[in-house]
Amino acid sequence: MVKKYTFPMGGIHPDKHKITSACPITAAALPEVVTIPVKQHIGAPAKIMVAKGDKVKVGTLIADADGIVSADVHSSVSGEVVKVEDIPGASGYGEKMISIKTEGDEWEPSIDRSPEIIRDINLTPEEIVTKIREGGIVGMGGAGYPTPIKTALPADKKVDVLIVNGIECEPFLTADERLMIEKAEQIIMGARVINRALGIQNAVIAVDENKPEAVEKLTALSKLYVGVNVKVCKTKYPQGGERQLINAITGRELPSGKLPVDIGCIVQNVGTVFAVYEAVLKNKPLFERVVTVSGNCCRHPGNYLARIGTPISSLIEQSGGLSDDVEKIVIGGPMMGNTIVNTAAPVTKLTSGILLLGGDEFRKHEASSCIRCGKCAVVCPAGLRPFAIRQAVCFNDPAETLRRLHAGDCIECGCCAYTCPANIPLLDYCKIAKQEIRKK
Amino acid sequence: MNDLIIINMLVLGGTALAAAMILYFVSKKFAVRTDEMVIRIAESLPQANCGACGKAGCADFATACARADEPTFANLYCPVGGQAVMQKIASLKGFAATDKPATVAVLRCQGTCRNAPAKIVYDAVSSCRIANRISSGESGCPDGCLHLGDCVKACKFGALSLDQTTGMPVVNAAKCVSCGACVKICPRGLFEIRPQSPAGGMVYVACRNRQKGAVARKNCSAACIACQKCTKINDLIKVEDNLSYIPPTVDAREFGAELRDSCPTGAIIYKERVRG
Repeated sequence: MVKKYTFPMGGIHPDKHKITSACPITAAALPEVVTIPVKQHIGAPAKIMVAKGDKVKVGTLIADADGIVSADVHSSVSGEVVKVEDIPGASGYGEKMISIKTEGDEWEPSIDRSPEIIRDINLTPEEIVTKIREGGIVGMGGAGYPTPIKTALPADKKVDVLIVNGIECEPFLTADERLMIEKAEQIIMGARVINRALGIQNAVIAVDENKPEAVEKLTALSKLYVGVNVKVCKTKYPQGGERQLINAITGRELPSGKLPVDIGCIVQNVGTVFAVYEAVLKNKPLFERVVTVSGNCCRHPGNYLARIGTPISSLIEQSGGLSDDVEKIVIGGPMMGNTIVNTAAPVTKLTSGILLLGGDEFRKHEASSCIRCGKCAVVCPAGLRPFAIRQAVCFNDPAETLRRLHAGDCIECGCCAYTCPANIPLLDYCKIAKQEIRKK
Repeated sequence: MNDLIIINMLVLGGTALAAAMILYFVSKKFAVRTDEMVIRIAESLPQANCGACGKAGCADFATACARADEPTFANLYCPVGGQAVMQKIASLKGFAATDKPATVAVLRCQGTCRNAPAKIVYDAVSSCRIANRISSGESGCPDGCLHLGDCVKACKFGALSLDQTTGMPVVNAAKCVSCGACVKICPRGLFEIRPQSPAGGMVYVACRNRQKGAVARKNCSAACIACQKCTKINDLIKVEDNLSYIPPTVDAREFGAELRDSCPTGAIIYKERVRG
């Protein structure tokens, strides 16, 4: 019996709905026009490097990182820049975007398009970090934290383990799972690249036990390489959360307000690790990603390799279009994702899934009074008291009260709202609380 | 038997006397000396404790008034009590009260159900602050009213109500004391505490949409499209970020009607009288 890892506090077991586990990644059709936001990461928006009328190729730098906490943005198609302006994004709010009209599919000559896997890493840590920065790579699990910052350690910090996050605990999503099955060796090579940049020999690929095919493939391959191990985790949501995963794998607890690097860990999503492999060893910047199109109202669910900037509506069209049952379209997973109001919005570096949902399971239910059962506090993986946070928000308590309740440590996993028998949208209140804390 | 009653009376009476004497000395010794002025000022305040003056409450405001010299006193103002209360406090202090123009909260949006019809259905929590986080809202206007009434709940003076047919909050100018609670709560900053223009009346742009004209019009038929027509009527009016702003210094009586009629989308509102 193999030991299965998990985190100790809180967590829930929502229905898996992994209906696209067996769907191979297929290339999505090239859209006629792509709109690429210049801010697809945490931090400052990238500086726009192109103007209307410019010709670009696939992989051309179109926006340059502005400062350390920022990331480069590359063109995902070849063609002509038609617009550089504020365009309503997925939430309906305007974002700076670059529109490019597709003409053919001409790639930058520096990109290595051959299918063979490169196994030799002859680069110094500095060269690796530079290549990651030039590849415009950000954390693809959802946070969008620029990867070069995580791989270039400050002199006073020491890391002893790299955790590759292949948990994908959100229901429906299978983008990471398919990537682990189809690009297992590349992911291992990517982990070794980051190992080298960090100067360590200890990468752990954490995979959920509900992905047996990925576990099998990765375990077999990891035996061939030094410094890469696979650990199987027990299924529990939100195992893929950074704090939870660190706790599950290493047993270390991440204190409030600290970064994983402070306790000697670095966590990278498998999508990010794959992108690192491609950027460092294949010279291919991040301009396409795997997107799961799924949901209980999706006619032909599947996993697509989509160029960044592809309109969401185009991917929905390719998977059977919108049926009348669809009540909401969600980007990301059903637990943490956001309902979108604009299907013309583009796929970004952070779009892991597009879900077409409908029916009673995904509808908002009338909230009743809190019965003080405390279930929300039991399932909270951060050890908070969501009911108390809600009460403080409802009474317009000062930010100090919210800080005392540690609302800022909420990871927005949604366990509290999922489990609440009174259907109280506790997560929304926690989000307001976080907003209030940040204001001051 | 009689002795018992007498002893009881003596013991209890003696204890009471001793306690009274201790209390008397303690109250003299540790008395909190309050400025007579603070008490008298506090008496004339409305005691709404709303914080609109910028102080922690009425007591804090009274203390600030009592300590103020003439120039700092001119910066203190109780919007709830208004000019009458300030005059009273000024006379207590022996200062001359400064004139402040009457102010009222105005809603700078006309995104009614008709002007800005819903394009999606919002079914999450009935709170503007949450809706604002999730998306641009039902009408699609990223700067418009969300119709969920956080401002109505925030108003302690019952001056705001949600109009059921238009979905918009309505300011009852007679009840509004310009405390600014609505300004603080509205996640989109649609309210403005606006002084009436020097000769009375009020004229303002009832729109906050900063999108380009064509996009703004698609969301709402009463949006400011930054056509610059109003700027030609009075030089004080400026258009920034595709949005016009009429400063309160523009004379409403003189230019109000003309400005209102010049606006092609009807985004400019002119009121001849602010109250009543």
